[in-house]
Amino acid sequence: MADDRQRHLDCIDVVELVSDYLDGAGSAEERVALEQHFLICGGCMRYVEQVRATVEAARETKDTPEPPEELRKLFRAFQASKKT
Amino acid sequence: MELVARHGGAMLRIARVYAPSAADEVVQEAWAELLTSLDRFEGRSSVKTWLFKILLNVARARGRKEGRSIPMSALEGDDEPAVPAERFQGQGHLWAGHWAAAPVAFPSDPAVRSETRKKLKAAIDELPALQREVMILRDVEEWDSQDVCNALGISDTNQRVLLHRARSRVRASLEAYFEGASHG
Repeated sequence: MADDRQRHLDCIDVVELVSDYLDGAGSAEERVALEQHFLICGGCMRYVEQVRATVEAARETKDTPEPPEELRKLFRAFQASKKT
Repeated sequence: MELVARHGGAMLRIARVYAPSAADEVVQEAWAELLTSLDRFEGRSSVKTWLFKILLNVARARGRKEGRSIPMSALEGDDEPAVPAERFQGQGHLWAGHWAAAPVAFPSDPAVRSETRKKLKAAIDELPALQREVMILRDVEEWDSQDVCNALGISDTNQRVLLHRARSRVRASLEAYFEGASHG
């Protein structure tokens, strides 16, 4: 007979597993337990959406500043040294 | 110069963790060290992870020189819960361990996005050193976990814990900011 006992998660446990869940880094058992919990818990569903939104917004803080002149000089000197 | 442009922002942000007043110099020194030791590059890791290993060495050395060395405990941050226990029903309650004060959805209004980005950047900058490094590399720069482990010299388990703590803290900062904004 199949073991139908499932891992039981309370909200206080769920919040510790969300980061791994979003990265697909947790176990399959953990994933199933979380998804079943999300189906019945609006609070945790909103929590996971908040963490997802945080990660997405973090991506938008990426900046690519222009390399300063000092660094350009360093690379020019390096390239020149390779040509000789 | 393509590599310089691509990694420039992340290098500066990581240099600032240890040497906030000399981040430009640290980045410059890291590149100089990379260029002079290119012959010794064995290809066992990517140039990217090698570059950031050098950067961390230079930045930490500079931090020590400036008397800013960070103790190990402060590097990793405390082992605090993702959400304070008071947000959940306590023992003895019928719904113990379930939300007492459940989260509400973050506003999705594009008008608040630029302000949100500023708050989020500030929240990342306040994280303990290793959490900050992991979150910058994983979530801002979108590196995969293996590259982050190689560059920072940490295990995958440690990387996951640090990222979890970092995201939890930054989420909490955003939540506090939105709550303040809605009541203000």
